[in-house]
Amino acid sequence: MPNRLELTGITKQFPGVLANDGVSFAVKPGEIHALLGENGAGKSTLVKMIYGIMQPDAGEIRWNGQSVTVPNPKAARRLGIGMVFQHFSLFDALTVLENIALGMDAKIPSRALESRIREVMQTYGLLLDPHRTVATLSVGERQRIEIVRALLLDPQLLIMDEPTSVLTPQEVDQLFTVLRKLAAEGCSILYISHKLHEIKALCDTATILRGGKLVDTCDPKQETSRSMAEKMIGTGLRDIVKAEGRTFGPPKLVVNRLRTQKTGHFDVPVDGASFTVRAGEILGIAGVAGNGQNALLDALSGEILGDDREAITIDGLGIGTMNTTERRKRGLCAVPEERNGHAAVGDFSLSDNSVLTARDRLGMVVMGLINSGAAKTYTGKVIADFAVKALGPASTAGSLSGGNLQKYIMGREILQKPSVLVVSQPTWGVDAGAAAAIHQALVDLASAGSAIVVISQDLDELRALSDTLAVINMGRLSQARPVKDFSVEEIGLLMGGVHGATEAA
Amino acid sequence: MSPELIIAIIVTVVGASTPILIAALGELVVERSGVLNLGVEGMMLVGAITAFLVVFLTGNHYLAILLAAAAGVAASMIFGFLTLSLSANQTATGLALTIFGTGLSALAGQGYSARPVTLLGPLFPAELALHPIWRVLFGYSALVYFSFALVFAVWWFLKKSRAGLILRAVGENDLSAHSIGYSVIGVRYAAVAFGGAMAGIAGACFPLLLTPQWAERMTAGRGWIAVALVVFASWRPFRLLAGAYLFGLVMTMELYAKAGGGPLSAIPAELWAAMPYIATVVVLVLISIRRDASNNAPACLGKPFLPSN
Repeated sequence: MPNRLELTGITKQFPGVLANDGVSFAVKPGEIHALLGENGAGKSTLVKMIYGIMQPDAGEIRWNGQSVTVPNPKAARRLGIGMVFQHFSLFDALTVLENIALGMDAKIPSRALESRIREVMQTYGLLLDPHRTVATLSVGERQRIEIVRALLLDPQLLIMDEPTSVLTPQEVDQLFTVLRKLAAEGCSILYISHKLHEIKALCDTATILRGGKLVDTCDPKQETSRSMAEKMIGTGLRDIVKAEGRTFGPPKLVVNRLRTQKTGHFDVPVDGASFTVRAGEILGIAGVAGNGQNALLDALSGEILGDDREAITIDGLGIGTMNTTERRKRGLCAVPEERNGHAAVGDFSLSDNSVLTARDRLGMVVMGLINSGAAKTYTGKVIADFAVKALGPASTAGSLSGGNLQKYIMGREILQKPSVLVVSQPTWGVDAGAAAAIHQALVDLASAGSAIVVISQDLDELRALSDTLAVINMGRLSQARPVKDFSVEEIGLLMGGVHGATEAA
Repeated sequence: MSPELIIAIIVTVVGASTPILIAALGELVVERSGVLNLGVEGMMLVGAITAFLVVFLTGNHYLAILLAAAAGVAASMIFGFLTLSLSANQTATGLALTIFGTGLSALAGQGYSARPVTLLGPLFPAELALHPIWRVLFGYSALVYFSFALVFAVWWFLKKSRAGLILRAVGENDLSAHSIGYSVIGVRYAAVAFGGAMAGIAGACFPLLLTPQWAERMTAGRGWIAVALVVFASWRPFRLLAGAYLFGLVMTMELYAKAGGGPLSAIPAELWAAMPYIATVVVLVLISIRRDASNNAPACLGKPFLPSN
């Protein structure tokens, strides 16, 4: 039996980078094949070429033994290749049915399509109401649309691009059940991820990429997570060094029944959140994206002004009605989730971006004039301390890669030595080495007596980093408890809320 | 008020509303595809002068409408090329198109002002519209019936047809539409061309339906009212129909107030004349305050499409 998909010497050159350099591997029928690698290792480029979004500069793609060229996604689907993207190609204002119809190449009457959709949903246990508007669905439900859309084409190969990054653990289990069922029916699956325990649980083979080159093809069940991670990053992995038996100081950040107004149709406001973070403590806030994290961060940073002065206090001082500048002066710094355009101005130099958040705390503005020397020196220190790959303080924020910009932004806030730091997704899109450095910097800042709030969707990160943990669901925050007292299952149930719990049952 | 007067008012309202309705329906389709074309006024003027010249030279009204639509398409393609192919700012380009259309039409119309042409006659034979009541139904020119048919056509296209679904998808999330494999730029070009054609026909209504001559800036800001109406109607064709007639009614009131029409003359005619524009401003302010109404807005409205690869 020929291989379902066989790549030989695939090479793709972008201006300045060799995204794929002679990559060769094969996927057998019915095999669940992992494609592993850091951000920027070339995984996405590789699958985009398989799916016809991009064309390789050199190399051969063989499909069921035949050499093929895939000029566009339509041609890929005709061959029997389906893809579920990491960022869903969905239209919020349209219904499930309309969304699926848009993804079908053949023109099928909507009634016939609906019955086929129901059939596929029944077979694989992917339950959804075809007439619901996508905006009202959870992320897990949205992913089901993408999967149903791909399955309607009876694919022989299904490409999944980081499918679990937005799911609760229960939703991950449901997804794996579907994928195993598909594989048992002979459909091959190319599974892109950097979550090693998932790959060990699900995949038969793993191909590891680093810097565009194939490093190794191995059996993940024979490897440890650590050995695969080291192959991915090419060096030994650093662990977070946490001083054992740390004690926490007095309460520093106290949040009491914090609320925000609903601003848009799809906005999830914060609904009476209360928690306390002591000096030296890292509080993790877990939750599936879109459950009020953005509103919580904005309410804490001061971007959303509250009307209750005592809803947020630092060292007993009510700051609930203050704006961001006043809060920064009192020691509260924040890093929003969106790097480019929110945390940093893309067209500004790094130096100017430093002035934007550090001017008051570090005296960069004297009598209304910017002290550019101080800004440059400080930015240089951030670049050096956090190993930011940038030409210097004068390079624009927009010229940095996502991971490097994140390192700069985290460094810019951490080196201000805030007494309270609130960060959202601190290592999103950052490679493992840099993520470890950012984690260590956060732990060190906490050891120096700051109170830190980390909002993240990455459970592994939160479990490694935080001392206490709370879960946010539909704007409501659960009770914060020591992280050791939580099991993954319990976090998962809280993340899904009651809604998720009934569905899982 | 006598029945004759009421019928006369209705007929005038229909005439005043028709160009706004046609232009707004075109703009609605354009905006549903995610493009904001503020050049409606300019395209209407280009259509108006084209229609006038064709009628003046050939006397053929239907040829005039056809060529006015073509001229509207041509003008819209300038906008399309700049904003879609070159990703220029849509607001600035649309404003520029209006200024361009105003200037171009004035230039082409030089020496033609106050030269009379004939109006486009009623579509149905005059025997059907002998009685005043029947005039309300059968007394209009083809452009009026076209505008009604267009409401249904646009509604059906957006709601029921697959092409309409694709167009809405492109306006809702251009990157997703692109990644599924639809040509975002292609769909938007088609929508902009349709908007241009409708604006051209709407412009043709002025010399063919309302005042049988050419006057500089004879569209008098109706293009802007059409743009505002699209927002007012929350991008829905039937609400657009209601809105266009509301504005047409207010505009007609001005005429009757000027003519000393009883209770209406209590308000100065100038204020009546200003009413549609005041109403436009008020409507836009109200809608901006009441955020829910703008939720129906296409999510990608006014944003240039810049695929990452």
